[in-house]
Amino acid sequence: MIEYFIGHVNYWLIVAVMMVGLYTLMSRSNLIKKLAGLAVFQTAVILFYVSLGKIDGGTVPIVADGYVLYSNPLPQVLMLTAIVVGVATTALGFALVIRIKEAYDSVEENEIAEMDAKE
Amino acid sequence: MIEQITILLVVIPLVFAPITALFKNNTAAWSITFLVCLVCFSISLYMMLDVIDGKHVIYELGGWRPPWGIEYKIDALNAFIALIVSGIASITCLYAKHSVAREIHNDTIPLFYAAFQLCLLGLLGIALTGDIFNLFVFLEISSLSTYALISMGKNRKALTAAFSYLVLGTIGATFFLIGVGFLYAASGSLNTADIAVRFDTFADLQLVETALIFMVLGIALKAAIFPLHSWLPNAYGYAPSAISVFLSATATKVSIYVLYRILFDLYPIQYWVEMLLPQILLSLGCVAVIYGSYRAWQQIEMKRLLAFSSVAQIGYMIIGLALINQNGLTASIMHLFNHAVIKSTLFMGAGILLYRANTTDLGSLRGLGAEMPWTFAAIVIAGLSLIGVPGTVGFITKWYLLQSAVESGQWIVVVTVVVGSVLAVLYVWKIVESLYFNTKRKLHIQHVESGDSKISTTPATMAIALWIGAGLCIFFGLNTELSFDAATTAALSLLNQQG
Repeated sequence: MIEYFIGHVNYWLIVAVMMVGLYTLMSRSNLIKKLAGLAVFQTAVILFYVSLGKIDGGTVPIVADGYVLYSNPLPQVLMLTAIVVGVATTALGFALVIRIKEAYDSVEENEIAEMDAKE
Repeated sequence: MIEQITILLVVIPLVFAPITALFKNNTAAWSITFLVCLVCFSISLYMMLDVIDGKHVIYELGGWRPPWGIEYKIDALNAFIALIVSGIASITCLYAKHSVAREIHNDTIPLFYAAFQLCLLGLLGIALTGDIFNLFVFLEISSLSTYALISMGKNRKALTAAFSYLVLGTIGATFFLIGVGFLYAASGSLNTADIAVRFDTFADLQLVETALIFMVLGIALKAAIFPLHSWLPNAYGYAPSAISVFLSATATKVSIYVLYRILFDLYPIQYWVEMLLPQILLSLGCVAVIYGSYRAWQQIEMKRLLAFSSVAQIGYMIIGLALINQNGLTASIMHLFNHAVIKSTLFMGAGILLYRANTTDLGSLRGLGAEMPWTFAAIVIAGLSLIGVPGTVGFITKWYLLQSAVESGQWIVVVTVVVGSVLAVLYVWKIVESLYFNTKRKLHIQHVESGDSKISTTPATMAIALWIGAGLCIFFGLNTELSFDAATTAALSLLNQQG
């Protein structure tokens, strides 16, 4: 049991990071903080992929004498794309927050909901 | 030859979107977009006719052999979805010219069309690709452009709607990504066909089950399956009219297509039947139909009413999927097409009302039917299709759905379809009543210069697009050959794949 726990310690930590992100996202009413939570949540998934490909003592994947055990490079390549997607999402999110700030003069979700309800 | 053409569906919008963004001239931007949509539509139609008899077309990107390279595998289902998306995009684009000119700030119109093309590209990409990570990327391309497009709505509520859709959509996509990661960890592959072939070798791993749950949850959020639909009514309600038309007809449909692929292609049917997934989906579908229709009936604003009705219609598709038999699946796939036609027509009608009267509030639209008889006739035709009156497209799906439900003895589905139809009568009646039968009320039109003659006429392109939609509602209700053949071939290939 202990061995199982320690053997998967990276995954436990990643799950913790993921939950921190998701919790921030759900519990905060400030839109900027929500986006920060979202970014943390996405980052946890990126970490998850990268740690999937890692092998103890593994080297870079090159064909040469003396290199037998190598880490899988594919998850890292995939995550380059996912990082780009994540950056684009966050950027778009911030752009929306700026527009919301201009339109409502607030970035607090509850205040915005109140203003919407009044209309 | 046909293999090379398939990739053009993705490449053409990808190349032309940035070019469109560079233009300053609105008409030029529109013309390019319209041309791109038409070309994509012709390619999809050509592809559809090629694969309708059950043939496959395979294109390997960059010449890399799958499972290493990304492969585009086109069968009847892909081609059908691509046809729906590009067809609706063409109609929307025809419709959009004047609608967009009225609703969107002049400087951002070329950017609007660029984002529109990117959204089209993403949706087509999802339909074509046979690689699950590639699918995630296309999903995000279409979603990101969708968030931007929704936020361009006139009402400031469009901004908050776009923001909450961004948050939920990203959570959905990230869940999907986690699922893909789990499945990759178990199988070592990202190619759908490759995973399906070798499924037995890793089926015992707990990871595989978790992967399925994550992927289904993520996609259910994107497809707005009850109870994960909370983003949809606001997003469709406050988006610019043209975008409501396009998204209501394509975005959720494409997500449901992904669900078919995951459940029928990637995983063996037996595997998720043991997880009780069909029962769960069936119950959620039934609740969605009743709840969506009921909430639609309560709305007093036409676009929100239509959006809630979409939640209900998605329920029908899920029910058809969850019945797992030939008729049910055929009904579900046909409903993707039928609902796309119906809902785009209705949203186009609502958009014309917004254009002419500057409101879609049912209370303020009272009695306008007499003044705009043709627009309302089209709305009524589409409304009747939504209810499922014989002779319209809506009837065909409900007929097959009922047949399938009786076949498998799911009486609850029969009850749901009947109750759902009654509620549909009620909410469609609500529109008809306020437009035709209530006494006329003087409209208070805001933000329009007085004496502007534009207010009294519907632009020809909008009317043509609306009537193409209404015409299709009837045409495919009477002449079901194309949609039925395509749906049957697709359903057969989904069910028989695993022998």
